[in-house]
Amino acid sequence: MRFVDEYRDDMHAERFARAIARITTRPWSIMEVCGGQTHAIVRFGIDQLLPDEITLIHGPGCPVCVTAVELIDKAIDIALRPEAILCSFGDMVRVPGSAKDLQAAKAAGGDVRIVYSPLDAVRLAGEEPDRQVVFFAVGFETTAPVNAAAVAQAARRGIENFSVLVAHVRIPPAIEAILSGPDNRVEALVAPGHVCAVMGTSEYEAIATQYGIPVVVTGFEPLDILEGIHMGVTQLEHGEAKVETQYARGVKPQGNATAMALMNEVFTVVTRKWRGIGAIPYGGLALADAYVGFDAERRFGLVDYSVTESTECLSGQVLQGIIKPEECPMFGGRCTPEHPLGATMVSAEGACAAYYRYRRVSAG
Amino acid sequence: MSPEAPPFTCPLPVQQYANVVLAHGAGGNLMHRLIDDVFVKVFANPDQEAEHDSAVLECDGVRFAFTTDSYVVHPLFFPGGDIGSLAVYGTVNDLAVSGARPLYLSAGFILEEGLPVETLHRVTQSMQAAAQRAGVTIVTGDTKVVERGKGDGLFINTAGIGMVPEGVSSLPAQVRPGDAVLLNGDVGRHGIAIMAAREGLAFETTIESDLAPLADLVAQLFDAGIEVHCLRDCTRGGLASALNEIAATAGAGITIDEKAIPVLEDVRGACELLGLDPLHVANEGRLVTFVAPGDADRALEVMRRHPLGADATVIGTVTERAAAPVLMKTFGGIRILDMLSGDQLPRIC
Repeated sequence: MRFVDEYRDDMHAERFARAIARITTRPWSIMEVCGGQTHAIVRFGIDQLLPDEITLIHGPGCPVCVTAVELIDKAIDIALRPEAILCSFGDMVRVPGSAKDLQAAKAAGGDVRIVYSPLDAVRLAGEEPDRQVVFFAVGFETTAPVNAAAVAQAARRGIENFSVLVAHVRIPPAIEAILSGPDNRVEALVAPGHVCAVMGTSEYEAIATQYGIPVVVTGFEPLDILEGIHMGVTQLEHGEAKVETQYARGVKPQGNATAMALMNEVFTVVTRKWRGIGAIPYGGLALADAYVGFDAERRFGLVDYSVTESTECLSGQVLQGIIKPEECPMFGGRCTPEHPLGATMVSAEGACAAYYRYRRVSAG
Repeated sequence: MSPEAPPFTCPLPVQQYANVVLAHGAGGNLMHRLIDDVFVKVFANPDQEAEHDSAVLECDGVRFAFTTDSYVVHPLFFPGGDIGSLAVYGTVNDLAVSGARPLYLSAGFILEEGLPVETLHRVTQSMQAAAQRAGVTIVTGDTKVVERGKGDGLFINTAGIGMVPEGVSSLPAQVRPGDAVLLNGDVGRHGIAIMAAREGLAFETTIESDLAPLADLVAQLFDAGIEVHCLRDCTRGGLASALNEIAATAGAGITIDEKAIPVLEDVRGACELLGLDPLHVANEGRLVTFVAPGDADRALEVMRRHPLGADATVIGTVTERAAAPVLMKTFGGIRILDMLSGDQLPRIC
């Protein structure tokens, strides 16, 4: 399969690993930001291929994991209303809110439907004029453009029974929050390739300069990640701190102008609460004034609603790279994919789920 | 994870859901938990051999296998089959992997008010054709009708009986370290075919279900005198679930090689797109066979002569119980291959 197989070749992977070992003279801590990268690392055993001096810290790049628990509660509230159809990507359906998850809401009679695209939700709204169709808009800058397109399409077609529950989060402010935190050990970043395919690399220039760390915009296959780490370690060993693009087949420095224009038209930057981390200024997107009529929180009277999160789950520390999933006392015991305590164990991109699913044995 | 780490199964059975959720039907951990906690606890029969696809019973010196399955597939018609052929082959296969020659089926129908009779005709014709191909007869049945909205078009239950020949048995308990693990063909077709049909996903080529009756293939193996220890068909939960179930029941370990498992390019592409793992996707014409190591080559020969075993291959070996029931050699080393937990969820970003 093109664009997949060539980037999963194990012989090349070993050559990369040896190349990294050759240039590494001291310990380095590198954070990969995106959950998809974390999964690839754990699934393909990249961390085992690297020399011991390289420590990989798993970043907060799983939008499902960082969606505030209030928003999940709001989604459940909406789903349980007889007039509403709550459309969501599959990942969100098993993430625990403060009391239950969307899957349980569905079992209790809520109309929860899994869609692959927000445009499906708009189409559904057109087909079901007597129902309120709400799309749970979760994701980073990667999914924001298509969600913006869906809202714009609904506006153009006058589909008034469509609304969005916006949970979008932005990567750069979260990275800055982590890099300026007191426990920060991150010395280089493996930056998210798909976010940069949309947004370009300019936001990361500022991060590289301000924090003096190398930033390598990287893809998601094992060889991409190994090459990205190689480029990062090369910079570290030479005392450099600049932005480089490993994922050249997907990322242009200026990003995708059409996508960004759509996003800027439909969304505006706001402070957003990241689950497990807290409120991050400029950390999210909300509907711009011109489109605020499509906001589900306003339409369903759910704007003022907040929740104190249980302190048991350590997702927040995992998301900030402070602990690894297996260091959590509940990991694999009280917290497993069947009965997750937090989003990082449920989401397909969550670090805890990756560690649980792909756990390795030391064998020959 | 450190070597002293606790085993990966949760010691406290946490009842997460007070109500049944869809994931309870997915063939993974959640479903097994439900079956154990609710059904096995009450119905368990101490005289019966540990769970396998059919119950093998003895009466007056005659051994027969008895099984049942309900079919709620949606859509009713999909590339490669329909609910009718599925209802026949699915039950036939459960009998076959218990070592039985399938003979008779019952067919119970739950019809939703409003179902076109024309649809029922199509399904029935399909069932008869499938029964003939599988060499079984549908001898009894039942029909019920429920109000519109109370049943999704059509549900079918089939129960089946078959005779187990003298000297033949297929049981997880017979699986031993050293046994070869064989697979009769590529995996993941059925689940992807259904998903594509249900969600209206169009791929460049239509992926067809692998739905097929396996009784004849199994009979060939026993007739050739192959020392078969156990068979299991890989349905819901995919190859991974089947292997985990056998390993857990047998108290053994299984190590497989990811590179040895055949997957069609189209299926792999669809799985990549949707974020699914072919090893967890449902099949309806695939089985794993555990044979004595000395018989592996002969077993492959026999299977490859049969149309449903043309791509048969050895995918692994049985070992002593290790860190986990099923281990898989893969890129970067060896990892644990777990059962699904709940439903496979497609990617979000």
